[in-house]
Formats: sequence, structure tokens, C-alpha cells
Amino acid sequence: MEAFLTYGFLQRALLAGIFVAMACALLGVFLILRRDAMIGHGLAHVTFAGVALGLFLKIIPLSMALVIAVLAALGIMKLKEKAGIYGDTAIAIFSSVGLALGILLATLAHSFNVDLFSYLFGDILAIEASEVWLSIGLAVIVVFIVILNYHKFMYMTFDQEAAKASGIKVGRLDILLTILTAVTIVLGMKVVGILLVSALVVIPAAAGLQLASNFKQAIILSSIIAFVSVLLGLILAFYLDFPASGTIVILSFLLFGLFFIFKRR
Amino acid sequence: MDLSANESKTLIDVKDISFSYGPIKVLQDVTFPIQRGDFLAIIGPNGSGKTTLIKIILGLLKPSKGKVWILGKPAEEFDDWRKIGYVPQKATHIDPFFPASAREVVAMEFLARNKFPRLTKREEDLCIEKALKQVGMEHFKNWRIGGLSGGQQQRVFIARAIVNEPHILFLDEPTTGVDSETQEHFYDMLDTLNKKEGITIVLITHDTGIVNKHVTQVACLNQRLVYHGTHAEFCRAGAFKDMLAGHHLISHRH
Repeated sequence: MEAFLTYGFLQRALLAGIFVAMACALLGVFLILRRDAMIGHGLAHVTFAGVALGLFLKIIPLSMALVIAVLAALGIMKLKEKAGIYGDTAIAIFSSVGLALGILLATLAHSFNVDLFSYLFGDILAIEASEVWLSIGLAVIVVFIVILNYHKFMYMTFDQEAAKASGIKVGRLDILLTILTAVTIVLGMKVVGILLVSALVVIPAAAGLQLASNFKQAIILSSIIAFVSVLLGLILAFYLDFPASGTIVILSFLLFGLFFIFKRR
Repeated sequence: MDLSANESKTLIDVKDISFSYGPIKVLQDVTFPIQRGDFLAIIGPNGSGKTTLIKIILGLLKPSKGKVWILGKPAEEFDDWRKIGYVPQKATHIDPFFPASAREVVAMEFLARNKFPRLTKREEDLCIEKALKQVGMEHFKNWRIGGLSGGQQQRVFIARAIVNEPHILFLDEPTTGVDSETQEHFYDMLDTLNKKEGITIVLITHDTGIVNKHVTQVACLNQRLVYHGTHAEFCRAGAFKDMLAGHHLISHRH
């Protein structure tokens, strides 16, 4: 553990990783129960276009990614609502177009290099101090907003019609949840990379849902699993010289497996 | 429940409502009042517009013509939905694996809208437990909703619908898939809510047999309102036969 106390980059990675992973897990519970688990995967691919655009325009890639992800998330929502397209189809369209745009922009920017790969596969250990604070700040805001609207989100996830009838502005809250998801995906991208970020959203939440007998438990268990995965994942990655992103995701999957077996017994 | 004499007797006024899904007419010129204290059954064949009518009253659908008045206000201006309880049609809206306890299901309705003045955690718990007790489900508060039987789930949904002490409670075919003995208890419970707690009850049902013992008013719907009046008159008038025979006579008997 000594290294974790001495090396600044390890501390930064740990702090940012834990906060972001817990925000991902929290939203993941809602997304899974809304049958929207794949939106994380789709938005992550769109984020690639944002990063490439940032590199192309020489603007901080993270900020561009945030803008593009939020727009894409709202686009997916509208496509579903207005055009009568199934949710998974809308996600598939947006994710592939995002990826395609990203490839074009990256080629134009001549930036198919280490930088871009770090976004694809994650490079949490290289996270800069400014990004750490941005990530933590945004993750805290996301968690705070979800907690503030906890019962509303739970109600509309469980029974949309009754929620509407009780006067809850389901349409507006849908948009809010969609924006929160987009922001969280971008943050998660910094931790485990575009290709693995949906794992942070889905796996800890799916594991928590295995054992939870009520909603509060599901939220708490999922957050704990996210916390443990990042903590142990980073320690293992550091000492065994593994890539952090892969280690974190595999660990969370092992915890999911453990919960799954435990539930069957 | 506040039932002071100066409050109007009419809780909800449905005026000349029509509704179509595209070219398909679902409701035509439906007019009737719901009075305080009514135990009203809305009956009619499949596709007669029962659920649509309730959804219009609840503001979930907009009528193509006509207006609904709720507690003296036009529905589009009405915003105190806590005064209206709603139990949607079962089966269509429940995920059996959803991780919510019975208590949480009730809490959703109770805590989703901010309360002023704010209640303490203890007060919140008391209100939620009271609602569960009113439907006889207080011992199941920590059970997962999907782990309860159909009848028990319905009770929890009623607890959810009455936790804010509404004036009126709408139920859309609440006893579908519930065995007849449980149904009997279920209607007894609604009776108690109606008579003791003074909650006006509006019930959509197919089951004209069992409601006979409980309802005071009947509205018979088949696109148009075929009959609206007391239950006793309804039996005498043979309106149900008329309706099935396709007579679109509107009769109001009070």
C-alpha cells in the first residue's frame, strides 16, 4: 500500500476512479431497470467522435466529448419518441455513426496515436490533476441530482403511468436522466476507456441487483461493488503491471459471478 | 379526510368528452358527474373506452373534444394530483424482478413530490405504514413486490394510491387474475375505504356479478355513455342488455 501513499498519480487515479465508478453504478441501476443498459455502450462510441473532434479542433477532448455525448443522448431519445424507432435501433445508429465520424476526424487530425488509444482503452493512471477534480466534481453533481430525485426516478422506472398520473413530470425527468447518463459515460471513459465504459455502468449494477431485495439495497450494493472493483483493480494493476481498465472490469465481473452463484445457492 | 359541508358535492365533472385514436372513435360525447362518496363501477365490453375515459380524467390523455373538471378546476389547470389516487391495470405495468419492497412502492408516491412543511423520517414512516395497514399489508412491508401474490400486490398498489389521502380513488380492473375468495375480501376492503374513510371510488370492471354487492352507482360505457345512475335502477332498467344489443341510449337516473 506504500506506493499508494507516495505516488501522486496513484492517488489521483484512485480518487477519480472511485467517484466516477460509483456514479456509473448508481445510474446503472436505473438504466438496467429501464431496459436501457445498452445506452452506455452506444454513447461511449459517440464519445469517440467527440474526442476526435476535440483533438482535431485542439480543444480539450473531454469537454468536446461531453457536448457530443449529451447531444447524442438527447438525439437517441428523440429518435425513439418521435420517429417510432426502437431504442436499441436508435442506439445502434448513433453509436456506429459516432464511431464513423470519429475515424474520419481522427484521420483528418492525423491523431491516430497514443493519445487516441488512451481514450479507447483508458489510461486512468495518466489522469491529470485538473481532470481529477473535474471528474470528481461532475460525479458528485450527478450523484447529488440522482439522490435529490431519487423517489421520482424510482417511481417512473417502476411504473411510468402511475408516476405520470401522480403529477410527476416524467418527460422532463427522462431528459435529466439522459443528460446525467451522457455526462457519466464521458467521465467513465477517462477511467476505463470508450470500449469498456459500459461495463462500469452495467456490471456493478447487475451484480447489485442479483442480491438486492429492495431498491436502496440495489443502489448501495452496486456502489460498493464499483468501489471495490476500482480499489482492488488499481492495486492489482499497479503491482502486477496489468492495464488498469481491463483489471477493473474483470474484477467487477468476478464479483458479479460471485453474487450470481451466491444467489443460486 | 376533510369533508366540510361547504365543499362541492361534485368531485369530477366529465363534460361532452370525445376521443379517437386516429380514425377510430373510442369515446363519443360522454357526460357524467362523479359525486363525493360515490362507489361507481364503469362497466362495458372490451374496447368500449373505459380505460381511455379514466386516462382522460387523470390527464394522461387529451380529449379531442370536451372538458373534464376536477375539484372545480379545468383538468389542464388542475395540479394537485395527490388528491387523486390511481391504480393502473395490472400485469401491463409490473416488472416481477423489480427490486422494490412493498414499503418502497408506497414511498414512491408519498415521497416523489416534495412536501411542505417537510416531514421527519418518523412521520413519513408512520404515514406509509398507515396506508399499508389500511389495506392489511403492514406485515409484508419488507417483502419484494414481485414476491407477493397478485392480490397482495394489488393491495400494495392501493396503499400507494391512498397514501396521500386522496379524495377519490380510480382502479382499472383491479381484480384481474385474482381468485374469487380474495376478490371478496378485496371488495370488502374497498367498501371500508369508501364508507369509513370517505374515499370516493371509481372502478373499471368486467365483473358485473361481484360488484353488485358493493357499488352504489353504475356507468355503462360503449363508446357512448349508455347508462349512468344508481345500481338499483340499473338492475331494473336492464340497461346492460340494451347496451349489448347496441342501443346507444343515454339515460341518467339518479
